[in-house]
Amino acid sequence: MRIRALVRRICEQLLRDKRTLALLFLAPLLVLSLVNYLFQHTGDGSDVKIGAVNVDAQIVESMKNQGMDVVSYAQADKDTLEKDKLDAVIVMKDRAIHLILKNTDPSVSKAIRMKISQTAASLAEAALQKGKAAAAHVAMTTDYVYGGADTNYFDTLSPILIGFFVFFFVFLIAGIGLLRERTSGTLERLMATPVRPGEVIAGYLAGYGMFAFLQTVIVVLFGTLVLGIPLAGSIWYVLLVNLLLAFVALSLGILLSAFAASEFQMVQFIPIVIIPQVFFAGIFPLDGMASWVQAVARIMPLYYAADALKSVMYKGLGFGEIAVDVGVLLLFAALFIGLNLRRLAFLYRK
Amino acid sequence: MKTTVSVRQVSKSFGKKTVLSEVNLTMEQGQIYGLIGPSGAGKTTLIKMMVGMDVPDEGAVNILGTKMPNLTMLQHIGYMAQSDALYGELTGEENLKFFASMFKMGKAEQKQRISYAADLVNLSQELGKNVSAYSGGMKRRLSLAIALVHDPSVLILDEPTVGIDPELRQSIWQELTRLRSSERKTIVVTTHVMDEAEKCDRLAMVQNGRILTEGTPEQLKRQYNAAGLEDVFLQAGGVRP
Repeated sequence: MRIRALVRRICEQLLRDKRTLALLFLAPLLVLSLVNYLFQHTGDGSDVKIGAVNVDAQIVESMKNQGMDVVSYAQADKDTLEKDKLDAVIVMKDRAIHLILKNTDPSVSKAIRMKISQTAASLAEAALQKGKAAAAHVAMTTDYVYGGADTNYFDTLSPILIGFFVFFFVFLIAGIGLLRERTSGTLERLMATPVRPGEVIAGYLAGYGMFAFLQTVIVVLFGTLVLGIPLAGSIWYVLLVNLLLAFVALSLGILLSAFAASEFQMVQFIPIVIIPQVFFAGIFPLDGMASWVQAVARIMPLYYAADALKSVMYKGLGFGEIAVDVGVLLLFAALFIGLNLRRLAFLYRK
Repeated sequence: MKTTVSVRQVSKSFGKKTVLSEVNLTMEQGQIYGLIGPSGAGKTTLIKMMVGMDVPDEGAVNILGTKMPNLTMLQHIGYMAQSDALYGELTGEENLKFFASMFKMGKAEQKQRISYAADLVNLSQELGKNVSAYSGGMKRRLSLAIALVHDPSVLILDEPTVGIDPELRQSIWQELTRLRSSERKTIVVTTHVMDEAEKCDRLAMVQNGRILTEGTPEQLKRQYNAAGLEDVFLQAGGVRP
């Protein structure tokens, strides 16, 4: 009953604050669209410079038709590629294609690789139809100057971004919400009624949780339907992970709001709490990094959420693969909620 | 007379600073009890103990025979804080409804109590407005209505008339007097304003965490042989007028 009244009050307050609503629901869509645009329009595989060694004239012709700038070399290796600012080098030997990709931009590499293999395949098919069985089989090997075959930037970035939006906006809005409740004296007034600390926290979790849920639904639907972000796994797992992440952000925001004296001081937590998490959430691959860097990532909630979201959205994995991440998020939420309860009880229920 | 609020040998210090020392007070049903004293005297700390938000280091605060802090006892206490603790984005009615929902009462009772409390402070016509559009006096009145919405038998009001114009102040005091006389409530009021102190049934003067003197306004004036309470206050505090 009391929790319901708390939830209703939070909804009424938020629904009347149009600016905050816009921040919650429209800002993520705008940022996601912009980032998506940025990545779509760097490197679609045309407008690249490729070195060719001993490549069939037919293939060279076909590559040129696709808008690639093809330069012939007698001999070329990774140094040539670097020196002449090439994006890739193709070496043909005994009907096998060896592709060396510079891979500074994984999306360009992916496009080049796809186009070359398509070209080779269509030529092989044409050869087969003409009865030249010997020419039919074209093997292709790929080598990378930087990174490797699994590097794929935007596909792995978008799930992180979706998790980030939930964390960032819920953290800020809930933190400032409770801060205002504390500085305006309504929290103290509320605690002079027979409400229990648990009911206050539950009301906050449910009230802001509803908005976080709605935000996730809107962002995920917009991302997958409008922007074409891959969603290989179940949307329910995405919602589950984001809801848990929202609880973590909510309880952490409420907890940290205790250490802020004003809205401005709440905003000052962004560079301390939010930005490091973004860097450690998997935007940079952490596998090759020093063990202490990996250890730092392990204490960041967004790291687990990003891992789970990547697994579901990009790799299409099921619940078994994200169970550990979900468990850790639950622990984070439980920890912060517990600390909040203790704090409220310590301050107002001695 | 039934004792409703009793403060027994209460001491409290924050760090090295003693805020209250050996305070004893007894308040009865159907009584307006005034706590007067300068800012920082310990009045608000005392009040926070009555609503269970602070605990004494020594001694005890009992309300209606129950030792505070006690969650169920809060059902019988109406509290109005020094600052208007209201949700500005919500309307007056939504504020009243929210706080009423924190107390045990049925839906029909809630509705009836909300319209009663709003009527009492003359806000019925303004209930649909957002509180952010209220004037200072209206906010004060709404705070009082919230303190009354669950029909508490003990009302604890921390400077209820601060920043309110004389006309409204008078009407609030009329209402407090009526609540005391016809509804037999215990009303605890803190104030700086001496002519308000005159209207209390009993007074306690608080300074530096101690009760300097206690009694009816007439008793205090006679005791200090003073014309007004202002003189009593100054003399009791050791300052010669």
